[in-house]
Amino acid sequence: MDVAGSILFFSFYEGLVFGLVAIGVYLTLRVLAFPDLTVDGSYTLGGAVAAVLIVAGVNPFLASLAAIGAGFCAGLLTGILNTKLRIPALLAGILMMVGLYSINLRIMSGANVSLLREVTSFDIIADLFGMRAGSIGVSIILALAIAAAVFFVLNWFLRTEIGLSLRATGDNEQMVRSLGGDTDKNVLLGCAISNGLVGLAGAIVAQGQGFADVGMGIGMIVMGLASVIIGEALFRPKGVARLLVAAVGGAFAYRLFITIALRMGMAPGDLKLITAVLVVIALAIPYIRKKVRREWIPPAVRW
Amino acid sequence: MSTESLLTLEKISKVFSRGTVDEVKALDSINLVVRAEDYITVIGSNGAGKTTMLNVVGGVFPPEKGGKIIVDGADITNLSEYKHATYVGRVYQDPNIGTAAKMTIEENLAMAVLRGKSRGLRAASNKKRREEFRQALAPLKLGLEDRLNTLVGTLSSGQRQAVALVMSTISRPALLLLDEHSANLDPRTAQIVLELTEMIVKREKITTLMVTHNMELALRYGNRLIMMHEGRIVVDLNQEQRTGLTINDLITAFERASGSKFSDDEVLLKG
Ligand SMILES: Nc1ncnc2c1ncn2[C@@H]1O[C@H](COP(=O)(O)OP(=O)(O)OP(=O)(O)O)[C@@H](O)[C@H]1O
Ligand SMILES: [Mg+2]
Repeated sequence: MDVAGSILFFSFYEGLVFGLVAIGVYLTLRVLAFPDLTVDGSYTLGGAVAAVLIVAGVNPFLASLAAIGAGFCAGLLTGILNTKLRIPALLAGILMMVGLYSINLRIMSGANVSLLREVTSFDIIADLFGMRAGSIGVSIILALAIAAAVFFVLNWFLRTEIGLSLRATGDNEQMVRSLGGDTDKNVLLGCAISNGLVGLAGAIVAQGQGFADVGMGIGMIVMGLASVIIGEALFRPKGVARLLVAAVGGAFAYRLFITIALRMGMAPGDLKLITAVLVVIALAIPYIRKKVRREWIPPAVRW
Repeated sequence: MSTESLLTLEKISKVFSRGTVDEVKALDSINLVVRAEDYITVIGSNGAGKTTMLNVVGGVFPPEKGGKIIVDGADITNLSEYKHATYVGRVYQDPNIGTAAKMTIEENLAMAVLRGKSRGLRAASNKKRREEFRQALAPLKLGLEDRLNTLVGTLSSGQRQAVALVMSTISRPALLLLDEHSANLDPRTAQIVLELTEMIVKREKITTLMVTHNMELALRYGNRLIMMHEGRIVVDLNQEQRTGLTINDLITAFERASGSKFSDDEVLLKG
């Protein structure tokens, strides 16, 4: 496989997996208008739970389901801190992120858990299709199946009565309550689903790379934000389905940029700067576009 | 007209910032019995407690201990706001509060039609509901029935307020609360919104409280008029008592009942 091809395939796989994080961030930030920073913690949580369960002999798919459950609970707790104790969303997320760091150390009884000698979801898929374990094809099949399932479920869910109520909560909370919608419940549900997806991403990545590490989630929230913002700038999506695709597309574009930057010889330490610049550019595009067309530009949000 | 009580307020008080220098007694032991199908207009100077009264009935905050709110036989005093919504539809002064800007007209109405029902995993909208929405919008004669997929944020404030009005009534709540809902609109649109209100209230036979700063409107619409002052209801006129009254008569009635000079120019001027 030539270099360009391998970069593309690899970014495609990463885009799909990190697309789950992007969709999670999209759900809280854009759908609920809830800037949730739990993500760094719940991503590692998912990886830790899955890794520990797999080492204990649990079926890797079940272990991944458990990771979703763990992330779900973490998000639920963030939502409770915000809606019941009235802790501001940003602070609630930060507190959860910090608290989860210690919890993740406890879960793994240390800083990392190796999966190198364990059978992971990837190995099972490779067996099933008679492919070479660890090949990029296996990774793409698994990631594509999961991303597609998440897409279909969410695309359906967000159009249901509950889903609509959840979306409306991010738009006009006062209105939702005055129409009989329980906005607290909607926030809890949204945060929980979001972090469930993030936990799943952590579980997949841990199995893919062969270990879970307490630091694996650091910067995940920034990556998720970057993906959502790049996706919006590139695809200018309208409607539920396209927004979901844009989140995954944004993650793919982001990983592609990063991989290319690394190949061009940038040091891993430069990646944070590249991310920051990418986000600034993605945010500037719609602004410049409006400026050129002399459209009205809303004032900057301050949360 | 039926004589049964649809809304009963018993000893409703509300104190804000209790125990501080800013303490305000916004509502002072209000008693009010609203009969089914009453259409009450509510006037009173700035800070009289009109909005606070509607907020208490709407469940935004509970009244002080000892107060009681009974709607349609149900004691809803201590229910949370979203549960009050089962009984109470509201339209606010600001159309931005009553509608969701980033959602379509259809999605807004799909939210509204589920007032008082449990929300489940059924599709939020379908062909049958779209038809229902079109029929609810058509009488507005604003052409909105053909624009179900338009984002509400792109409508004019008059159009938005009309949508908010339909949203507040489409599921026929027992009670409709209107808080200066035509005040922010230009005179012509205000007129349209008021006529729509009249039409919907009459057709659906919804019991209504309408707060306004405009005495002329307060006399023209509804079948009963109450006037508030410093958290109390100081004047309460039924249909008979208020027929033939002029704005000046109202001012005199107000001054006699409240024992203070009438000084709010805005009451005459604003919509
Ligand atoms: N959330 C609140 N916190 C503190 N004080 C409040 C609050 N809401 C209302 N008040 C006070 O309660 C009193 C009554 O206010 P309210 O808004 O009910 O008046 P209003 O009759 O609706 O007046 P307007 O005609 O100006 O709308 C005012 O003194 C107001 O400052
Ligand atoms: Mg008011």
